[in-house]
Amino acid sequence: MDHITGSQEQAAGTELPGIPITLTINGRKRELSVAPWVTLLDLLRERLDLTGSKKGCDHGQCGACTVLVDGKRINSCLKLAVAYDGAEITTIEGLAQGETLHPLQQAFIDRDAFQCGYCTPGQICSGVGLMNEGRASTRDEVRELMSGNICRCGAYTNITDAVMDVLEKEGAK
Amino acid sequence: MNRFSYHRAGDIAEAAQMGAEPDTRFLAGGTNLVDLMKANVERPTRLVDISRLSQNTIEDLPEGGLRLGAFATNADTAYDERVEQRYPLLSSAILAGASPQLRNAATNGGNLNQRTRCYYFYDTETPCNKREPGSGCSAIGGVNRIHAILGTSEACIATHPSDMCVALAALEAEVRVQGPAGERVIAFADYHRLPGDEPWKDNTLQPGEIVTAIDLPADSFTENYTYLKLRDRLSYAFALVSVAVGLKMEGGKIAKARLALGGVAHKPWRVPAAEALLEGQEPSADLFAQAADAMLQGAVGQGTNDFKIELARRAIRRALRQAAAGTPQSQTNKQVA
Amino acid sequence: MTTHANAPARIGEPLSRVDGRLKVTGHARYAAEHPVADLLYGWVVSSGIARGRITAIHEDAARAVAGVVEIITHKNRPDLAGSDSAYQEQVSPPGKPFRALYDDEVQFSLQPIALVVAQDLETARYAASLIKVEYEAAEHNTDFRAAQAERFMPSKKRNNYLGFKNRGDVDAGMAQATHRIAETYHMGVHVHNPMEMHATTAVWENKDSLTLYDKTQGSQNTQTYISNIFGLKSDNVRVLNPFVGGAFGSGLRPQYQVFLAALAATMLERSVRVVLTRPQMFSHVHRPEALQAVSLGTDASGQLTAIRNEATTSTSRFENYMENVVNWGLMAYACPNAAGDYTISPMDTYTPGDMRAPGAATGMTLFEIAMDEMAYEAGLDPLEFRLRNYSEKDAMNDTPFTSKALREAYAEGAASFGWDKRSMEPRSMRDNHELVGWGMATGMWDAMFQKTAARAKLSANGNLVIETASSDIGTGTYTILAQIASDTLGIPVDQISVKIGDSSLPMSPIEGGSWTAASAGAAIEATCQSLGKKLLDAAEKVRNSPLEGAKFDDVVFDNGRIVSKADPSKNVSYGEAMAAAEQGSLEAEETVSAGISGMISQMRKSRNTHSAVFAEVKVDEELGVARVTRVVCSVAAGRIINPKTARSQILGGVVMGIGMGLHEETFVDHRIGRIMNHDLAEYHVPANADIHDIEVIFVDEPDPEVTPMGVKGVGEIGIVGTAAAVANAIFHATGKRFRDLPITIDKILE
Repeated sequence: MDHITGSQEQAAGTELPGIPITLTINGRKRELSVAPWVTLLDLLRERLDLTGSKKGCDHGQCGACTVLVDGKRINSCLKLAVAYDGAEITTIEGLAQGETLHPLQQAFIDRDAFQCGYCTPGQICSGVGLMNEGRASTRDEVRELMSGNICRCGAYTNITDAVMDVLEKEGAK
Repeated sequence: MNRFSYHRAGDIAEAAQMGAEPDTRFLAGGTNLVDLMKANVERPTRLVDISRLSQNTIEDLPEGGLRLGAFATNADTAYDERVEQRYPLLSSAILAGASPQLRNAATNGGNLNQRTRCYYFYDTETPCNKREPGSGCSAIGGVNRIHAILGTSEACIATHPSDMCVALAALEAEVRVQGPAGERVIAFADYHRLPGDEPWKDNTLQPGEIVTAIDLPADSFTENYTYLKLRDRLSYAFALVSVAVGLKMEGGKIAKARLALGGVAHKPWRVPAAEALLEGQEPSADLFAQAADAMLQGAVGQGTNDFKIELARRAIRRALRQAAAGTPQSQTNKQVA
Repeated sequence: MTTHANAPARIGEPLSRVDGRLKVTGHARYAAEHPVADLLYGWVVSSGIARGRITAIHEDAARAVAGVVEIITHKNRPDLAGSDSAYQEQVSPPGKPFRALYDDEVQFSLQPIALVVAQDLETARYAASLIKVEYEAAEHNTDFRAAQAERFMPSKKRNNYLGFKNRGDVDAGMAQATHRIAETYHMGVHVHNPMEMHATTAVWENKDSLTLYDKTQGSQNTQTYISNIFGLKSDNVRVLNPFVGGAFGSGLRPQYQVFLAALAATMLERSVRVVLTRPQMFSHVHRPEALQAVSLGTDASGQLTAIRNEATTSTSRFENYMENVVNWGLMAYACPNAAGDYTISPMDTYTPGDMRAPGAATGMTLFEIAMDEMAYEAGLDPLEFRLRNYSEKDAMNDTPFTSKALREAYAEGAASFGWDKRSMEPRSMRDNHELVGWGMATGMWDAMFQKTAARAKLSANGNLVIETASSDIGTGTYTILAQIASDTLGIPVDQISVKIGDSSLPMSPIEGGSWTAASAGAAIEATCQSLGKKLLDAAEKVRNSPLEGAKFDDVVFDNGRIVSKADPSKNVSYGEAMAAAEQGSLEAEETVSAGISGMISQMRKSRNTHSAVFAEVKVDEELGVARVTRVVCSVAAGRIINPKTARSQILGGVVMGIGMGLHEETFVDHRIGRIMNHDLAEYHVPANADIHDIEVIFVDEPDPEVTPMGVKGVGEIGIVGTAAAVANAIFHATGKRFRDLPITIDKILE
């Protein structure tokens, strides 16, 4: 059981009015006490040491913070953690099965679909969300439906290649 | 972000009651409210979480319309089969807006109530009548590339940033709201307001009132429609100008026309006279040009947004062509049809 | 830092990034992500005015918030170094470097004026919002055109400002010309906006030492900067930047967040993290605004007879930031008469700084729009025009290039693009109702080499550790260094551990200028060769060594064995060799530098990368919508160590170039001297939907002379010229010439 004022999340520091919530994060159920003004992103990064989800703008303008909530991609920077009580959250840290990478993670490596790597977790979570949605099969569709993730290094063509690779493989199954 | 208390409403009535208290805001998808709270533009002392209320479904109405729950997400709405088939204009407009992540979180009610993207509204170091009544409008005489050309006032030249609402205006939806005084229905055209001398009021909701649903009329546009959005990059950007068009064609003539503009005013912009001008006529470039002129009657540039007038004129003509030809704008293929 | 690669990698192979797994699993930690016990959070309060004085800071409400530890302003900051020189570092231009929280003076909008330190992020953020500041505003100017009245050439130049040389008689050349153009071009301020916002986690070790996880392109530069300001021993300041979430030049100079984090940590004797907000990312370094006037003349055949290339770029009031803007146009083409002029124009902003291909991205790009205009004026195909004026040597310095395969780059790029199918006439190509335009431009950047040291340690189990204080800002440094070591010593990549991003490692310059692959690469190669020699010495000690008497050049290092070239059956494993020498491990350390002969060679020969960029646009003229549908970027950049990561560098440069051409622009409200679109919603960089097909070609360009490994570097060349190719394509599509970037919907509409 975790509490945000507990030892592991000592970074949180002060005793603030916490609201008890339960989140299942990457398959692990966590009981937390969270002040209402803590966003899901800051909860993950500053209290649970799940720093894979990135802060690129903190205002829903870049997509670096994308995580999956109940299988759907959302911007975790714009969500108060308390509002997600009971939700199942998958972050980039939860996509691989042990040592085996998610096919999209592997495709990102194979296609060199990143450079600095900072937008990458958000891109990959977004790509997994895109596949869950089942609305994209052409490059035009992938480009449009991956446009909520800004990549300043400019890896877009490789990102599109990586998503297409996995879509095509999944389609062939 | 300031400190506030957080309450999860059990039902609409409870929410409405709590929402009537001062400095209270409703939290649904949060995509706009949390953003504004981080920017210190919104500083509520109390948040009432309405995201779990039951009005999150999409249901057929007995007379053939469709009821969009206020707390259904934009994505669930756009991808709902009935919306896609019966209200493709709405589906298209929703998909032209924001990003998949935002659409997955943002709700229909929240979309109606999202606030302007005016730079000055967002920057608490600058005067803004919408944020701080009486402080002045910095956008007038300032950087106003993204600002309004229609329906402005000396107090405010902000625009409403929604894409969805532009389609809802053209579809003549109705907004169902519930408040401490009970339920009422607001015609879409009456939901948002012009800034006038009270620009801090975006819409006609009364304290404590919550949007519970958006009702779409049975009468829709399934063949001749389009949502054309023009912006500074090809995706994930707010509209400089957008146009929603729905036409009913009968025997080569336009039997019914509905048009709305986005990105140009404090509310989705409709001009009934422009619609009337189209009805009963055969589509033609001349006719569309007249309709565009009628739509833009009274348009005034503010300096750096002067181009919007001509852009809107051309966008209306193009959108009318697309709709009349039955070739709606794709939101994924970026070639403008 | 391992990969699946279990065989030695070769230089020139498309090895996947060795840090790829860490990045795709979210386990690569950036500056704000290193866990530290008892961490405090700092939140920066920014100035609301552009110039003036702070007359009051009301902090009572903020101090009353539970969890606030301290509010640091100029009034209560501890004593700091008082001389400008203490604040100057490797990259500082001449002037008085900005000192955050030093006194009550405000020099630019969004200047940091207070740091709220609290127990947690949210408390710091909240308390910061309660601080009210009063100012006495002074007159300011942020309007670049108005700043022209004050433009000047500083007497003290920035140390990497090269200047330019004039030749011939431009007036005479212009007079004899048959065709002439004279136009002025403008490009506004660009903001780097790496995805990771500038951040520092300052770990307070004790009163004499600090560890800083910083977003920087040069850990040792930051180390010097912080130790000078705070009077700490250099060895007691350790700066780490193992992963950097993009930088593009914004991490060359230490930014104010590292100063503020170190200030708070030393003052409070606690560890402190400071992360800037996205709007605050618009408060510091940026690419300067530029005006460039270009006059060109040709004879009847299209041979250039005169080039005049004059530019001014913006700087701050407190530092004289300069770029090499006009030399490119004077170097690139054969022309007997050419002259330049360059000045800087001060404004009330933070000091501009290097952003991807500084100087060239501006000066070569704008010049290449002029070249397109000249081609049309002379009635020549734009590529043919450039070929006709091709210069085998550096036309400005009158020196040969160590190599210049630009002709090949033109040819291969044009062939792949299908340039020969282009019709000359503007507005002559269509796709349905869209106008189609094909444009091209030349790109040029420096091939530089910097003194760099490295260390390598081979353990008896065959694992190799290589170290240098370089950085990987997404460029692929980890990967290419592993690859070079793997190739040199025949050790599989998954047995190689690359350690970079740490000021305590062997000396390495800031990661910039596209010199890292050449410089750090050569250092690693030299160090691994040195280690190889030690291995060979050890192999001699093996009883009846099959390699007895073998010289270094007689053997190869292959998959863990030293093998005789003449007779591969004669070989010794590294383990055997080290056992025979009774060595548990072997170490080597080497420093590479240009040396005296290199410096002489640098004076006698020019070293540059070149590119030919071809772009296709489709323009919906009625609506002003332009889309870049295809780009071919053909690059001559010497030896390519890793075509996969090198290609990505070019792709990234091209995408940023498309942004320069179509999207990127700051909107300043000059009344208040503030960039108003200070976020990623309104400062548009390309989104995925804006980017279609991009092909990258590396032409063969062997160049043993340019740098020890023949590497020229590819981090910057991709952006140079791209925006010009786009602008020229839009001209070809529409017949309208755009001389002010970016080319947005409103401009096309006019």
